[in-house]
Amino acid sequence: MELKLKLTDYRTDVHNNWCPGCGDFGILSAIQQALFEMQLEPSKVAIISGIGCSAKTPHYVNAYGIHTLHGRAIPYATGIKLANPELEVIVAVGDGDGLGIGAGHFVHAGRRNVDFTVVMYNNEVYGLTKGQAAPTLGKGVKTKSLPKPNINLSVNPILLAFASGYTFIARGYSYEVKHLKDLIKQGIMHKGSAFIEVIQPCPTYNDIHTKEYWAGKGNIDPKTGKEVPRYYKLEETGYECIITNDTTEEEYLAKISKFIQKALESGNRVPIGVFYRDLRYETYEERLASRMPSYKYYPPAKQKIADIAGNPITKADKILEEFAV
Amino acid sequence: MDKPFGYSWLIGGAQGSGIERGASVFINAIASAGYYVFGKREYYSNIMGEHSYYYVRFDKKPVFSHIEKYNILAAYDAETVFRHSLESLPESAIIFNSMHRNVRLSEIPTIEKRLRNDISKRLKIEPNKLTLQMILEEAEKNGVKIFPIDYNAILNEIFRKTGESLSDLTRMNNVIAVASSLALLKLDFDSFVKGVIKTFGSKKNVVELNRMAGELAYQQVESKGYANEFKIKLEKLGNKNKRYIINGNQAVAIGKILAGCRFQTYYPITPATDESNFLEAHENVELSDYAAQAINEEKEHLQSQGSIVVMETEDEIAAITMATGAALSGARASTSTSGPGFSLMVEGLGWAGMNEVPVVVTLYQRGGPSTGMPTRNEQGDLRFAIHAGHGEFPRIVLAPGDIEEAIYDTIRAFNYAERYQLPVILMLDKYLANSVKSVENLDLTKNKIDRGFILSENDILKLKQEGKEYKRFELTDNGISPRIFVGTKGAVFWNTGDEHDELGHITEDPVIRDKMMEKRMNKLITAYNEIPFDVKLNHFQAIKPAITLVSWGSNKGVILDLIEILKGEGIEVEFIQLRLLNPFPSNELKQVLEGKRWVDIENNYSAQLAGLIKENTGLAPDYYIVKYNGRPISLDELYIAVESILKGEAPIRQVLRGGT
Ligand SMILES: Cc1ncc(C[n+]2csc(CCOP(=O)(O)OP(=O)(O)O)c2C)c(N)n1
Ligand SMILES: [Mg+2]
Repeated sequence: MELKLKLTDYRTDVHNNWCPGCGDFGILSAIQQALFEMQLEPSKVAIISGIGCSAKTPHYVNAYGIHTLHGRAIPYATGIKLANPELEVIVAVGDGDGLGIGAGHFVHAGRRNVDFTVVMYNNEVYGLTKGQAAPTLGKGVKTKSLPKPNINLSVNPILLAFASGYTFIARGYSYEVKHLKDLIKQGIMHKGSAFIEVIQPCPTYNDIHTKEYWAGKGNIDPKTGKEVPRYYKLEETGYECIITNDTTEEEYLAKISKFIQKALESGNRVPIGVFYRDLRYETYEERLASRMPSYKYYPPAKQKIADIAGNPITKADKILEEFAV
Repeated sequence: MDKPFGYSWLIGGAQGSGIERGASVFINAIASAGYYVFGKREYYSNIMGEHSYYYVRFDKKPVFSHIEKYNILAAYDAETVFRHSLESLPESAIIFNSMHRNVRLSEIPTIEKRLRNDISKRLKIEPNKLTLQMILEEAEKNGVKIFPIDYNAILNEIFRKTGESLSDLTRMNNVIAVASSLALLKLDFDSFVKGVIKTFGSKKNVVELNRMAGELAYQQVESKGYANEFKIKLEKLGNKNKRYIINGNQAVAIGKILAGCRFQTYYPITPATDESNFLEAHENVELSDYAAQAINEEKEHLQSQGSIVVMETEDEIAAITMATGAALSGARASTSTSGPGFSLMVEGLGWAGMNEVPVVVTLYQRGGPSTGMPTRNEQGDLRFAIHAGHGEFPRIVLAPGDIEEAIYDTIRAFNYAERYQLPVILMLDKYLANSVKSVENLDLTKNKIDRGFILSENDILKLKQEGKEYKRFELTDNGISPRIFVGTKGAVFWNTGDEHDELGHITEDPVIRDKMMEKRMNKLITAYNEIPFDVKLNHFQAIKPAITLVSWGSNKGVILDLIEILKGEGIEVEFIQLRLLNPFPSNELKQVLEGKRWVDIENNYSAQLAGLIKENTGLAPDYYIVKYNGRPISLDELYIAVESILKGEAPIRQVLRGGT
């Protein structure tokens, strides 16, 4: 098969100023590869980010790139997508961005199930402001950037995404680029809100959960005596959690309790892969179309509002009649 | 004060007991009889139980404002009588429930201590001894006529006839008060029925019950001979023009529909929400034949339909950012809020300014600061709207002064937002939002739609053929760069809240920074040069004005009414109403204001407009009339304030304190 678009078509020549060895490079690369493999026209794709190191991603991707405000990427993306559902929308957020200042938006996106993919760069720190504790940093952890150990509990992004209503929930690792690329592709193809948490080592500020840590440094398998990675791939264990309209109550409970177990796994065996798929709910776009039949064909961005002479074409006379005396 | 104020009617009762409905029956009855009306609603931030009231002023000629005095007080609870009976005009009437005569002031928990003490002091009777009868007698001393109505007799009669539950029937006390008022005014019963039908519409049973209640009230007024004791008699007038009764929230919503707004976001807040609710109720819109021709045939069944996505967001930050996102995709998009919500929106406003996104924010001012007085009026956000946000970025601030302007300026707001690629703040206030007015001669075809400098896919193709790159923030002389929508084929762009280059990538280069800053700010100069004089300000001229009144926003109505009253007394005054508040129309204002003796009139403490005028023109007012007690300026109090200035008896600053 001949591919029309090359991988380089998704790159820009903007100087990348992430720190050397930053986990963000892997995520950027996975996004570009996913777009490339899906042969998505750059002008059909919009990447929306908040603020942080992670938020610079759009500048490095040749697609519509909307670098917004700290925590607000999701509502911007919601507006962009609902006004023009033809777009492929990817939302790139940091852990502070998405679960600190933007936690409210993160939760509410789940209620809507807008057809976009939220990729959360989880480095457990506020990278761009020099390494303060992010909401995902565990209690008692003291990264080298912290004057004192963290005294807050951490939030579990996978469980929060589930509680919020995201219909596709996954976790990737930024040094498993191919695996991550596949997750992103699945997220894009999923109809509804997809959430992908990405474990992203921050070589500058997070000296606890480093690339080496994840690769298995000091994590000796007693059987083989060899270091083994601190993550494993869910799909390799045969795990799957898909909820459909045919899922019985009993099956549902069994699946969800399994899901929760997986979501809670931490320490030396952290799962990556697809945790959860829920195929029961229509997208927000479909909900809108069921109330407004024309939405499907003429979403807000595609509607004509004036004739050639600039006269409004929306009829207001009938509406005005409601007020006639 | 005996002035040609027309007629004034007041209905009061507990919040949730149907004040607004009752007022609607009255207004529609009077309007269908050919009268011009103005209606103002006052209510507490409360769902049920607190006192709420509605003033209606009406006349054979147009009326634009209220007075804080009535010809008829229509009360169906005791509190209304205690609160309002001493604000009467000469020879006015009080309609009340005859059962309430012995209710004592101390028995009404919803009257504030301050007010209870004032009433008690005024009558020199302790609250626990002061009965409704006593306050009525006090009112009678001022020439007021009292008309007890036996509400219960009416309800019992309907109960006997229909078997409806009595507790349900008490909901019609409001309509009994209305019908009694109309009977007292000797307006034909038909007009009353029209008011009921307009208000309750499709609910046949409700219409019938209210008609019955009205009929019995008319009979009671008749049998007691009340009508003869009351001087005012309303004839039915011939209606020449088609008229509408619209409030400010509805006017803005109509403007948005017409302007082609297709994406509205909101987080609930008084007094803004009604606008969004109205839009949601009308989310499927009809399009003219032009749209039908322009689209292809397979979609034929939808040819004449459009849709407005109305989103209730999780907060106001989401509201403005979501609307901005929709605008980036190419929809005309807006949000609507009041002070507390606008405070939250500020970061989004700055981002839209930085990225040159056309987004419209309707800002309905209410009493501030903080939660302030959520349901009361103020014009305290002028400075805030103009300056909101860190750093410097261009925005346009427009403030319509009445219902018609609210419709037209809303359309303008979207045009300016797109033409100059910036956020536009459309400022109203609670008074304008919640007041209704008779509107005629509306011309919905008068405003065109101007979407500004937008490149199509073909334009992009041409650019490419010429070997040029599309640049979202291309530097131009007038500051306006070519805009494309996210999703336009053949191109991409970047946005960022960081300073950026022509492509939209982050830069901290001092040279580019200067160019970008100047480009953005230049758009205000372009806008200033292009926006016509009569949008910037309204100048109501007089040949030999005794004084010049300067104001903005919803004060327009009361000032225009005052001008008419003064004219009747042989006094000419002129009025300058600022409508474009940013960029400030300095030259135009100077042209009409320089050398004049003038009065600044505002609904805020610090005379924010006067400050702006001084800053932009160097001109300072000779007098100030300000009001910040949460109540809009009434015609009667403004008359007194301006009269004292004309007589040379006024201090430089007068604070109006009217309203209950
Ligand atoms: C409203 C606001 N508050 C604070 C900041 C400062 N700030 C910039 S980046 C950042 C933290 C980003 O952390 P995260 O979202 O985890 O992204 P990362 O840099 O780690 O990728 C903060 C607090 C800001 N830009 N805006
Ligand atoms: Mg982070």
